[in-house]
Amino acid sequence: MGRVLLALAVILASALPTGAQAPSTTVILSTTTSTQDSGLLDVLVPMFERKSGYSVKTISVGTGQALALAARGEADVTLAHAPSLEKKYVADGKMSNRRLVMYNDFVIIGPADDPAKIKGEKSALAALKKIAAAASRFVSRGDRSGTHNLELALWKQAGVKPAAPWYIESGQGMGATLGIADDRKAYTITDRATLLAFSKRVRLVTMVEGDRPLLNIYSVMEVNPASGPRVNTVGGKAFADFMLAPETQAVIKTFGADKYGQPLFVPIAGKKDEDF
Amino acid sequence: MDLVVAGVRHAIALLLAGDAEVWSILLLSLQVSGAATLLALGLGIPAGAVLALARFPGRTLLVSTVNTGMGLPPVVVGLFVTLLLWRSGPLGEWEILYTPAAIVIAQAVIATPIVTGITLAAVQNVPAPFRLQLLGLGASRRQMVWVVVREARLPMLAAVMAGFGGIISEIGASMMVGGNIKGQTRTLTTAMVLETGKGNFDVAIALSILLLTLVFLVNWLLTVVQQRRPS
Repeated sequence: MGRVLLALAVILASALPTGAQAPSTTVILSTTTSTQDSGLLDVLVPMFERKSGYSVKTISVGTGQALALAARGEADVTLAHAPSLEKKYVADGKMSNRRLVMYNDFVIIGPADDPAKIKGEKSALAALKKIAAAASRFVSRGDRSGTHNLELALWKQAGVKPAAPWYIESGQGMGATLGIADDRKAYTITDRATLLAFSKRVRLVTMVEGDRPLLNIYSVMEVNPASGPRVNTVGGKAFADFMLAPETQAVIKTFGADKYGQPLFVPIAGKKDEDF
Repeated sequence: MDLVVAGVRHAIALLLAGDAEVWSILLLSLQVSGAATLLALGLGIPAGAVLALARFPGRTLLVSTVNTGMGLPPVVVGLFVTLLLWRSGPLGEWEILYTPAAIVIAQAVIATPIVTGITLAAVQNVPAPFRLQLLGLGASRRQMVWVVVREARLPMLAAVMAGFGGIISEIGASMMVGGNIKGQTRTLTTAMVLETGKGNFDVAIALSILLLTLVFLVNWLLTVVQQRRPS
């Protein structure tokens, strides 16, 4: 009986698409949940596969994990949005050829009654200081994601050490965090794409937007072959080049406009960090 | 409440429209968890029978280990299978991380102790005098084991149900070793997490209904077989 079952299992398993192609035809892209959740990669990845003949495995995780995976050579190319962390990995020789691809922006949102009185504040840092001074509830991702990294950098610049009880760490993705902030009538920082996607479910309103530190810049980086065995450097570079190609940038420029009434990302191929 | 109603409507619409992506996700979940269940049966039934019938030093320890394994957290299995299958891991040269095969392995690891444990209990429940009688009638030891396992086959269907039900609704391991890649390793549960993250609650509800229906149908089928004749 066991043998029959094993044989059946083997037959069933062999019917599965194994995807274990030669390494040169597969590219592993490690990226953040926000690019996946926005639906952008569902458009760009098939485009790249058609053009290049590569098959892409997109691993969407928090930015911290996406970069850590790439640094171990478990991916070939990475699309992330944590500039300071990215530069560190480049400096460590784990990844190279960091190039800016696009940006969207973060907004600080909060309950309509605005207990910390930050509505209309131009400076994100000033707004955070007020939230801390008023000890108003604030929900943090707490997951080392790109959004969380940006939030932590802002607190540091604001000279505030956020702490419980008013500072709540959700440990979850942006969507779930918005739900918690909404439920607790708390402030939080979110990327605009997720906020637009959740606009029907979340009653929190936009408090601060448009400040330079709230720009969310995405870059693409290629994994160095020395970072681990079996890194597909050629494929990784092909995907990075694709992200910066004029046709791709044109797609990014209009992506999301039909669904949300405004595009979600601004393409910035060729620009440098200093330009912002 | 209107969200739940919308979700149910959406589920029916998705199924009726024969949405290709939903069907391929459904089919993949069924294939992966089906293959993993069969693997677990192939490993767990002999292991459970041996543990039930043989007496050897350290047996109690082994049985305790199996019983602990019945509650093995999928995310722990996912983590260790991922580490094994990493390019830099010991099985890296297989290059099967983020493929359905990797999910089959992880789910089989989760289901095997469940099958082993239930088989163990089922076989042990076959009265000992029956075994002695078989031997007395001139059966070889191998024949005796075969008859006893056959005798326990109906309670052992519970092992199939528990194993399959456990892994098709499992999320932690599938997400980690599969990567939730669209069109390749997206299963019902990982798709649900993704759609919830995107704020598409109606799609997530539709997928939950599909999953529950699928598990129900499989269990119903097995129950019909199990209850057909009094054991």
